[in-house]
Amino acid sequence: MLQVDALKKSYGSLVAVNGISLRAGVGEIVGLLGPNGAGKTTTVSMIAGLVRPDSGSVRIEGRPLAGDTDPNKRRIGLVPQDLALFDELTAQANLQLFAALYDLDGPAARRAIGEALELVGLADRAQERVKNYSGGMKRRLNLAAALLHDPQILLLDEPTVGVDPQSRNAIFDNLEVLKQRGKTLVYTTHYMEEAERLCDRIVIIDHGDIVADDTLQGLYRRLPVTNLLAVELEQGQNGLRLDELRALPGVRSATLDAGTLRVGVQDLPTETPRLLQWLVDHGQLYRHVSSERADLETVFLNLTGRSLRDA
Amino acid sequence: MTIPFRALVRKDLQLFFVDRRALLMSFAIPIVIGSFFGYVLGGSGDPAGQSKISVLAVDRDRSAISSEIVKRLSAEQALDVKPSTPAEAREAVRKGTATVAVIIPPNFGQDAGNAFFGPRQKPEIGVLFDPSHAAERSMVAGMLAGDVMQAVSKEMFTGQTGREIVKDSLAQVEQSGGLPQEDKKPLEDLLRSVDRWNRQSDSADGAVSRGLTMPYTTREEAVTARQNVQYNGYAHAFSGMVVQFVLFLGIDVGIGLLQQRQRGLWKRFRAAPLSRGVLLGSRAVSAAILAFVVVQVNFLFARLVFGVRVEGSMLGFLGVSAAFAVMTAGLGMLVAALGKTPEATRGLSILVTLIVVMLGGAWIPMFLFPQWLQKLTVVAPTRWAMQGLEAMTWRGLGLEAALAPIAALLLFAALFGALAVARFRWEAEG
Repeated sequence: MLQVDALKKSYGSLVAVNGISLRAGVGEIVGLLGPNGAGKTTTVSMIAGLVRPDSGSVRIEGRPLAGDTDPNKRRIGLVPQDLALFDELTAQANLQLFAALYDLDGPAARRAIGEALELVGLADRAQERVKNYSGGMKRRLNLAAALLHDPQILLLDEPTVGVDPQSRNAIFDNLEVLKQRGKTLVYTTHYMEEAERLCDRIVIIDHGDIVADDTLQGLYRRLPVTNLLAVELEQGQNGLRLDELRALPGVRSATLDAGTLRVGVQDLPTETPRLLQWLVDHGQLYRHVSSERADLETVFLNLTGRSLRDA
Repeated sequence: MTIPFRALVRKDLQLFFVDRRALLMSFAIPIVIGSFFGYVLGGSGDPAGQSKISVLAVDRDRSAISSEIVKRLSAEQALDVKPSTPAEAREAVRKGTATVAVIIPPNFGQDAGNAFFGPRQKPEIGVLFDPSHAAERSMVAGMLAGDVMQAVSKEMFTGQTGREIVKDSLAQVEQSGGLPQEDKKPLEDLLRSVDRWNRQSDSADGAVSRGLTMPYTTREEAVTARQNVQYNGYAHAFSGMVVQFVLFLGIDVGIGLLQQRQRGLWKRFRAAPLSRGVLLGSRAVSAAILAFVVVQVNFLFARLVFGVRVEGSMLGFLGVSAAFAVMTAGLGMLVAALGKTPEATRGLSILVTLIVVMLGGAWIPMFLFPQWLQKLTVVAPTRWAMQGLEAMTWRGLGLEAALAPIAALLLFAALFGALAVARFRWEAEG
């Protein structure tokens, strides 16, 4: 459905996007995950035709997107990161305008508006001015505005920024409905939880480059460890030899920080008793033991050497 | 017109009419300020409502001549004359509560009479004036000169003081050995003739000489649209305020576009398969419609409340209004193209607009500007708007007088529009 090849965009000496390629099929949700400034929004802007790429191409069902008035743009619906709504107008008036941008008028527009409002649960608030809406309602209306012309591809640029968990879940439910209807969704976020919950495939972007493009399971498989055992020691690090610990079978990594030992293991049920016994045998008493599952944060850390939140 | 174009124009109109601030800035404030300036600038032409020059008269002589001078000054229509003392008069002028003070010194009548016929020391009338009212000072000085000449000459030829002075002067001339003979004889003849004329006047039927008078009178006529159509100060004031606040509306159009960009709306518009012509053209059309409506509503108010009429060509008035509205739309597009952030752009745009409005003569008439500045104002679109609106309202000129302003305004519109298209940042920020 959507085919992006070697997109590049620079602003002066700053390379915002450096040769990004990706595919998104029918009924698929592809997540673009990366820290702020990674190039996600610029990528989405180029796909939507808002920004002209320095090189590369965007194809929709094999046809390249070219020019401001390319009819192919009707196949794309954009949900901008900002709340792109007119606060002083009612939801109905906002949607009438956005429908008209795609030549929808009269009964066809009214039908499309009704369906979009129904989907996002705002049908009974259509005549209210948007300025009276909560942040979550505005986000849902922001989504509805992109659905009016029934696009096949939906580009969602961080569509849940600043909303409460309830509204976020409502938006996720909406997106899952759209996926079931066979829409292609490209979803940018820097929240790994969102990518984990929603996306069939995750494209990790950093400094304008793709560092990974895989399913969630595929990304986890790339990790040397998928589980961490955190052990809070009684006496800090007195006499503990990390090099001996790392040499144990099944142990992939070991770090000690502020009295807490973090040990990466591949098979948690097998390695945990053996590891705890080893500590006791070496005179290390412990207060507390917990395990942490590897997540996208770990994946990003592993791929870039930096934390997703700190990048 | 396409569905998107119509929808974008309708959206701008909707947003304008639900925005209280925009309505206030476009209708209420220009009406209030235009009404105030119109009243100050002479209102609707009723002389009773026009302000007079405040003059304090200090008569330290209290002679027949000085009393006559004060009486004549008080009779001048343009002056509001009140008696005062020297100290009070000086203080009042210093504070600005009086514009001019006239101080007639002691013994003025006698000294003026002596100086009238002979080579005597001329007495001085003190004129104190507020330096911020130099024009009024000149007016009062002119009126004073005429009134003094009439009062002194009348007294010299018919008054008791004058007769005594003539007799004294004749005796002095006859006894004077210092005067050259060729001067003495004509002077004696003149004084004897005056004395004889005075005595003949006594025996006549009581007709009183008015003394020396101005050898002409003036017939003043304000040249307006037609005879019997008075100048209406509200026409100028409303033209000025309409020009100023419609330009503010133009700035708001530009700022609005910048805000749409900032709020992501521009991305939504650009994501649709719309040409740049539709996106910017719809904004320009809605801005022009709004500007035209604002001009008409303000002048309608002036018509209903203050009697401001389009005394000239209605077609010309509508043409100037439309051309000014189009120019305003071009200005709005230019602001949007050159501006970076709404906040920074608003301050700078308002400053530039105020300067252009001032140069256009919207605040104070352009004839007060130095010559070089008056010539420079041809580059200010506001000058053409003012010229066109005034020509079609109180000046009552025909359609041909509107053509140059219309052409100039459209030229500015084309220039602004071309610059805006050239400099507009079409791409949404990534």
